[in-house]
Amino acid sequence: MSNLALFPIVIPLIFAAVLMLFPKNVSMQRIVAIAGVSATLVSALFLFSKVSTDGIQAVTLGSWPAPFGISMVSDMLSVLLVLSSTLVTLFVLFYSIPTIGVKREQSYYYPAVLFLMTGVNGAFTTGDIFNLFVFIEVLLMASYALIVHGGEKPQLRESIKYLLVNIISSALFVSAVAYLYSVTGTLNMADLAVKIPEIEAVGILTVIAVLFLVVFGFKAAIFPLYFWLPGSYFAPPMAILALFGALLTKVGVYAIMRTYTLFFTMNIGFTHELLAIIAILTILAGCIGALAYFDVKKIIIYNIIIAVGVILFGISQMNAAGVEGSIFYLVHDMLIKAALFLLVGILTVIFGTSDLRKMGGLIKSYPLFGWTFLIAAFGLAGIPPLSGFPGKLLIVQGGFEGTHFWGSLVILATSLLVLLSVVRIFIYAFWGEPAKIVTIDRKHYLSIFVPTAILVALTVVLGAGAELFMPFVSDAGEVLLNPSLYIDAVLKE
Amino acid sequence: MEIVMSVAIGLLFMAAVYLMLSKSLIRIIIGTGLLSHGAHLLLLTMGGLGGTAPPVVADGVSVSDYADPLPQALILTAIVISFAVTSFFLVLAYRAYQELGTDNMELLRGTEDYE
Repeated sequence: MSNLALFPIVIPLIFAAVLMLFPKNVSMQRIVAIAGVSATLVSALFLFSKVSTDGIQAVTLGSWPAPFGISMVSDMLSVLLVLSSTLVTLFVLFYSIPTIGVKREQSYYYPAVLFLMTGVNGAFTTGDIFNLFVFIEVLLMASYALIVHGGEKPQLRESIKYLLVNIISSALFVSAVAYLYSVTGTLNMADLAVKIPEIEAVGILTVIAVLFLVVFGFKAAIFPLYFWLPGSYFAPPMAILALFGALLTKVGVYAIMRTYTLFFTMNIGFTHELLAIIAILTILAGCIGALAYFDVKKIIIYNIIIAVGVILFGISQMNAAGVEGSIFYLVHDMLIKAALFLLVGILTVIFGTSDLRKMGGLIKSYPLFGWTFLIAAFGLAGIPPLSGFPGKLLIVQGGFEGTHFWGSLVILATSLLVLLSVVRIFIYAFWGEPAKIVTIDRKHYLSIFVPTAILVALTVVLGAGAELFMPFVSDAGEVLLNPSLYIDAVLKE
Repeated sequence: MEIVMSVAIGLLFMAAVYLMLSKSLIRIIIGTGLLSHGAHLLLLTMGGLGGTAPPVVADGVSVSDYADPLPQALILTAIVISFAVTSFFLVLAYRAYQELGTDNMELLRGTEDYE
């Protein structure tokens, strides 16, 4: 038994605690924060190589045997997500150094980001449903701090709503855990996967499964529970928004993915049918929002919702193509969403506004930025060979192989709408009559453009080199489709 | 006993929903407090209220006499978390009241351009 699975959780925690000791020394804050995230990235890479050679890594805290103690389980899916979330955080940190402002840096911005990482990595790694609740609370607490960080008026107003929605969903989470415990008598995910098929009362378990869908749906922003997202995500500065857009909803998606493949499989005809319908409605609602606004932030925020729908549709099919597609798309979406938010962040810096109608003609003065944006936009919509394509292809294939061919048709049709929504930004901002721009220092521009461009380049690598990544994705998919692999790894330890 | 507890939990949830639907921010915060109390009591009740002996292995006590220790551990965690979140919410509400000059949710709607 190796403790490697705990490192991506513990390292950011320690660094965050250290960072809180000297909040006023900005240059030290930056160095230590980047060192912390880099160390986490290195440990995640080690964990990744360990998992890909030796299979699932399970750690039981305090060496209590598996169903009694808390298990931390790192399978291929969770390690892929830990790796990509750490990578995204690193680039967002590089972006936030020049943009976030010294005042925020001096008031515990970096510790909050690292605490957020602790929660996110923990939620991806845990193998216990109550521990998942605790890690989600850790990341929510950090996100409360980040969303209100700086204390501007819109931030204060929106964070009240964000806080309230999350408190209600947390209370529902505790209630759902209580019901699950009273029916099954265990909270360890592997043990649940053993016990649930033995229980004959399928009706009550279906109710619990739907309750969990509601709980995780609040976090993941599925239809009709996404109402809080556009307003809340609009308020904080762009670096924080990129972090939220790339990581927070993905935790909810991961939780649905895990619970709906590992143990809530007793009544697939109802629960997964429901999931498929909700996923399609989520995509449609997101598309309406993405096309309705002239605000670049809003357009990308609604694209988060669309991606959540696409990923969940793949999961609801429960076949190899659908699940593998969802995993690939999840990793792709983390990277591309962060990249797009950072790109529109640069746009708002250059134009001094996020209103599309006040932008125009940027391609002459910033050609490289323009083409980078276009590549990211094509990647989001899934134009081959960019990274959105392989995932979406597999998800659509999964839908055709399953019973929901209509869902695949909707995904194909809405891909065009997604493309339209982001290309609209390109057309308005880069073509046409040059609009008034804020003159920014070349050095400052490069310091925010370079990390963004590298992130876009990474998504291109992920798409063009999909053949290289596919073995890992199918490894991850295999564990999801055969719960016995997961159960054996945890309980036989 | 479980029935009585269930009714009490239902009443707590009812009061919480009523308070959270009001316009005043402080009533909403009290509502969230009641909601989490209800959820915690539910956790305790769902673990089963039977069992009189403390969950420590001792001679002459059969397994069925022990109180289930797991819900107690879970509740402790959940209480600490909801305590922290509630105190954060109170501070946030106070700061928002100072900055925005109102605690009426109707006036905190926020419009398209957010001003």
